[in-house]
Amino acid sequence: MSQSSQGQPAIEFREVCYELGSSRELLHNLSFRVDPGETLVLLGRSGSGKTTTLKLINVLLEPTAGEILVNGKPLREWDLIRLRRGIGYAIQEVGLFPHFTVARNIGLVPQIENWAPDRVKKRVEELLRLVGLDEKLASRYPRELSGGQRQRVGVARALAADPPILLMDEPFGALDPITRVELQREFLALQDRLKKTVVFVTHDLREALLLGTRIALIDGGKLAAMHTPREFLRSPDPLVKAYVDAFGAEFRDHDRPIQDRGAS
Amino acid sequence: MNFWQFMSHNRTEVLEATAQHLYLVAASIALAALIGIPLGILITRRAVLSKPVLGAANIIQTIPSLALFGFLLPAPWIGERADRLAILALTLYSLLPLIRNTYAGIKGVDRAVIEAGRGMGMTDRQLLWQVELPLALGVIIAGVRVAAVISVGLATIAAAIGAGGLGEYIFRGLAMVNNQVILAGAIPAAILAIAADVGLGWLEKRLSPS
Repeated sequence: MSQSSQGQPAIEFREVCYELGSSRELLHNLSFRVDPGETLVLLGRSGSGKTTTLKLINVLLEPTAGEILVNGKPLREWDLIRLRRGIGYAIQEVGLFPHFTVARNIGLVPQIENWAPDRVKKRVEELLRLVGLDEKLASRYPRELSGGQRQRVGVARALAADPPILLMDEPFGALDPITRVELQREFLALQDRLKKTVVFVTHDLREALLLGTRIALIDGGKLAAMHTPREFLRSPDPLVKAYVDAFGAEFRDHDRPIQDRGAS
Repeated sequence: MNFWQFMSHNRTEVLEATAQHLYLVAASIALAALIGIPLGILITRRAVLSKPVLGAANIIQTIPSLALFGFLLPAPWIGERADRLAILALTLYSLLPLIRNTYAGIKGVDRAVIEAGRGMGMTDRQLLWQVELPLALGVIIAGVRVAAVISVGLATIAAAIGAGGLGEYIFRGLAMVNNQVILAGAIPAAILAIAADVGLGWLEKRLSPS
């Protein structure tokens, strides 16, 4: 397991548990660190607890035990609103406000942060270019866009106030395979430039291998393994093997040139 | 004398009665909105209050209208003037659709959209004003529409306590056993109800996010 040693982690989980009610434990003793600038992929099947893990970071859910630190500071010491505005949040397309134009959706966090209107407008134009959308789309509503365009708006919105941390919950999940690959490549190019700390939830092994600097396999609410993409494919761990095998023969070939990307 | 002759003879009075009728309905809907919409919002925030508040509004709705006018008669200040009394009674009747639709409208907003807003750092107030209320507006207007149509009909009964309005003609016509006079009250009242229904229905459609 590669653990880079660059001082303070951006996000740290310390023996975090999350229970629903008193009986159903969704997460059990989760401990891991996310280093600044890396893309940690939370990989797992539906219901494994990966989205729950993500929502604990921006406190949409609160752990029933354990502690989570962001930039070395425990979550309960953060001003909740400040914390959330410093964490970009991109989810599947339903998360766009249907009654807001594209421009208002993207400019939401700057707007609630009371930026001057023309500064918001400039930022929105900049972001539209950044995610490869035509500026003419600014006045459209989400329902008037294609799935791929909506997803790009979602990413642009998450980036709007230039947050150091990005949480992405299957942001490319609802797309056709071609558009998905296109957006994944753009994400990589973007991440090379922006160097955000990203926590990315997906069930798609291909996506995890392509985007992650490290992959955390979550299984039944537990952290089953944490590897770089290359290590992940070679891991003798039965859970990891099972997951890799489930995606078919192409991944079983260990000599396939999967490149690990450095965290920095 | 046929109906049309009666109407043209008495058009000033009929118009005055219609205006008075409209005043009773408009004032009571405005009051009910002022009370009912904030109450509806409140019970989305304080779940323990939702049952008692909706229950109380439900019970008020079951009181027969004539009886409610009677109950309110001894009330100080309000009982002094018939129009105050009528407006209060109509307000009480309009509360249920307004509270219920505000509550249902906000509760019906997609959870994922609200969670996205919260996750991006919107405060509760910002979520309410920028997300929940705009997305619930169509349902809230539908509540106003139901309340307005019911009130136009109920307001005719207010004439029984001397609050005026189109009910005057209906009661007078009943006493005189004269259908023309009844129709002079009933037809404008029906037109008002249809106009409120169509007008607010149009507004509801325009303000509903598609």
